[in-house]
Amino acid sequence: MKRGEQRTSEGREANERTLPMLLPMNRRMALKVMAVAAATPGLASCGTGGEDGTGGSPSLGNAVPAGTPWDPDLLSPVIPWERILTQDELDTLASLCDVIIPADERSPSASQLGTHHYIDEWVSAPYERMGRDRVLIREGLVWLDGETGRRFGEGTRFRDLSPERKDDICSDIAHTPDAAPEFESGARFFARVRDLTAGAFWTTEEGMEDLQYIGNVPLERWDPPPPEVLEFLGLA
Amino acid sequence: MSKAQQQYDVIVVGSGAAGGMCAYLLAVAGVRVLLLEAGRNYDPVTETPMFNLPKDAPLRGAGTPEKAFGFYDATVDGGWQVPGEPYTSAEGTNFRWWRPRMLGGRTNHWGRISLRMGPYDYKPRSRDGLGFDWPMTYEDMAPYYDRTERLIGVYGSNEGLENTPSSSPGVLQPPPAARAHELFEQRACAELGIPVIPSHIAILSEVQDHETLPGLLHPNNPLAQRVLGESMRSRAACFWATPCGRGCSIKANFQSTTVLIPPALATGNVDLVTDAMVREVTVDARGRATGVHYIDKNTRLDEHVGARVVVLAASALSSARILLNSKSNLFPDGLANGSGLVGKYIMDTVGAGVQGQIPALENMPPHNTDGASAMHMYVPWWLYKEQAAGRLDFARGYHIELGGGRRMPGGGTFNRLERFTQGSYGRAFKEDCRRYYGSFVGFSGRGEMIPNEDCYCELDPDTVDQWGIPVLRFHWKWSDHELNQARHMERTFADIIESMGGRVLSTIHADGADAIAPPGEIIHEVGGVCMGDDPSSSVLNSFCQSWEVDNLFVTDGGSFLSNADKNPTLSIMAVAWRATDHLVDELQRGSIG
Repeated sequence: MKRGEQRTSEGREANERTLPMLLPMNRRMALKVMAVAAATPGLASCGTGGEDGTGGSPSLGNAVPAGTPWDPDLLSPVIPWERILTQDELDTLASLCDVIIPADERSPSASQLGTHHYIDEWVSAPYERMGRDRVLIREGLVWLDGETGRRFGEGTRFRDLSPERKDDICSDIAHTPDAAPEFESGARFFARVRDLTAGAFWTTEEGMEDLQYIGNVPLERWDPPPPEVLEFLGLA
Repeated sequence: MSKAQQQYDVIVVGSGAAGGMCAYLLAVAGVRVLLLEAGRNYDPVTETPMFNLPKDAPLRGAGTPEKAFGFYDATVDGGWQVPGEPYTSAEGTNFRWWRPRMLGGRTNHWGRISLRMGPYDYKPRSRDGLGFDWPMTYEDMAPYYDRTERLIGVYGSNEGLENTPSSSPGVLQPPPAARAHELFEQRACAELGIPVIPSHIAILSEVQDHETLPGLLHPNNPLAQRVLGESMRSRAACFWATPCGRGCSIKANFQSTTVLIPPALATGNVDLVTDAMVREVTVDARGRATGVHYIDKNTRLDEHVGARVVVLAASALSSARILLNSKSNLFPDGLANGSGLVGKYIMDTVGAGVQGQIPALENMPPHNTDGASAMHMYVPWWLYKEQAAGRLDFARGYHIELGGGRRMPGGGTFNRLERFTQGSYGRAFKEDCRRYYGSFVGFSGRGEMIPNEDCYCELDPDTVDQWGIPVLRFHWKWSDHELNQARHMERTFADIIESMGGRVLSTIHADGADAIAPPGEIIHEVGGVCMGDDPSSSVLNSFCQSWEVDNLFVTDGGSFLSNADKNPTLSIMAVAWRATDHLVDELQRGSIG
């Protein structure tokens, strides 16, 4: 994988030059484009009929979402369910999220971006799939502190451990296929928290910037991949 | 919304691809139309969450029972289930039926893939002895494909490949340049003799020529030219961002609600009534259609409106349901069902998919791969000669849809990364996410199903919906042609991934029954109201007109006699256009209604 490592560093250098300001610029540009589009004379606003109320109205403008789960307002989303995790659970979860995604030179830690609150949102949702995760994760949090107590003294909390001691536990549950029988359920818990933490983290603006996702921006034209990409793939 | 008057020239039931097309063409021809839609009014211009991020949606936009394709998917009040409007499956059948309840129907969220059926696809039985021939040829349909593509805007290229028709010169818009992963896939496929060519997609890659096209499409029709010109001028070209499945507020992709219904309404000839759930078509003592009964969902009252002609365009299965529910002394088995074929020979598309992880795509230099949201490149069916020579164990083809790229991360983008990372966490996990992002590819096969007598729907004698309307019950059985095709898809996709030096992430099944998607899941259901040359063996003539009730038309996918691997929406619109031309002609000659 030596060649791959070279590619990593080249890729990152290229991005550090181009990345700053991209996301904020994009949003401003997007708003500008949207405003232009909205001002374009369209049939939805041209008012050539329907004034007499006999039909033929060209306007689709009285369309309104019902605000139900089947027809939510997509532009102003709300989360209609209560969050159920306790503050104590959230504190432990935040600490585990930061073991999974700590801060580094490119982006903050998971809990700094609120991933534990997202996991709360997820496990509190009134759906079957999330209900299974609710059991898995709440049980897992209990197990995590129980395991902490077994290793480091009754009453010790996972979130109060040193990084080395957190690692001592997490390294036993980090890879499901390798987990010892007594750690299998802990490993399932850890794997699910890792997936949810990653899902939450990389979908924030900070996460997308770190990942160097540079789309969701209106372009005037679509160009072929840049030469350095074609070269990288051996397609140049 | 306008209040329905008592009498119209034509009632059109359904506002999606077929209904929108019929309403538009009738309206510009000066015909007084009532357009009925079972769902709510819907306006993509004001309602589409264009740039909205996953983090602003509940559950990062993940699918739920109410929003199965994710929070931002355009579908309103529907999905695999519609509240209060069930359907049932017979023992051993697990049919899935995607229904929205909104103006424009499924055209608001569809994939925009717009492939023409070819000469073989209209005459499959003549070619291999299976299924049914259509009563018309590709040559009959080619002008309607040209017109439809010009009207809605389709990008693509003409490659001259077998049974993969070219559009007339000047019809297609230029296709966007291939993305990096598509070029990489193209090279791998070339080694396997598999062609990768520009896809045909109903997205504007450039603004439409609003000065020329209306005159080409509607010669000598000033009303049509005016409303279409205004409509085309209001559409922007794609700005190469935001997912089409959410809809498009700048009208760059095709939705009935942005492309067909606004100009139809602008003629002043169309009354639109939404939340109108049609129960049945009414007939007079002579057996001629007189109008429809519908339930006003807001008042729960049964309403009746009259018309000289009724056009059902409610989607294939919904139109069959309306016919089966339109029982009378004259038509005890349902309207237009003397042949007994209403609800029979329904089809979906054969679907199978495989995902792969490609080390060569790891750590690719970051760049924008959003593009048109839809794929820029695809694989048309390429083994016609092998099939003709009997070297394959299935009779019909499939195309391949290509996925991949550094797309906007979603809540599930890094799920199960553990498979590659030996369970990394901490700083190593962060680095792994950066490394693997954009290194995944997906291949989806979409193949032709041959109609068979074991696939049909009927009224469930025990179940009604919340409007008191009997619901459909489905029966389904794949033939070996479909199962073997699905198996072939998976093996082919594994071969492609391996030739890219990648790892196959999905199970490659030995049995096609384990590979194939459940019936209905590809959402290409067609048939059930078949057309033909002979009234004893078909429901409709080649103009989608009932043999038995000549002022009744079914212009949606119900008329289909085959379901080629080409996604049906474009053909639905072309068939609907041909039917509507015929209807307008008959109305003008006074030979109908």
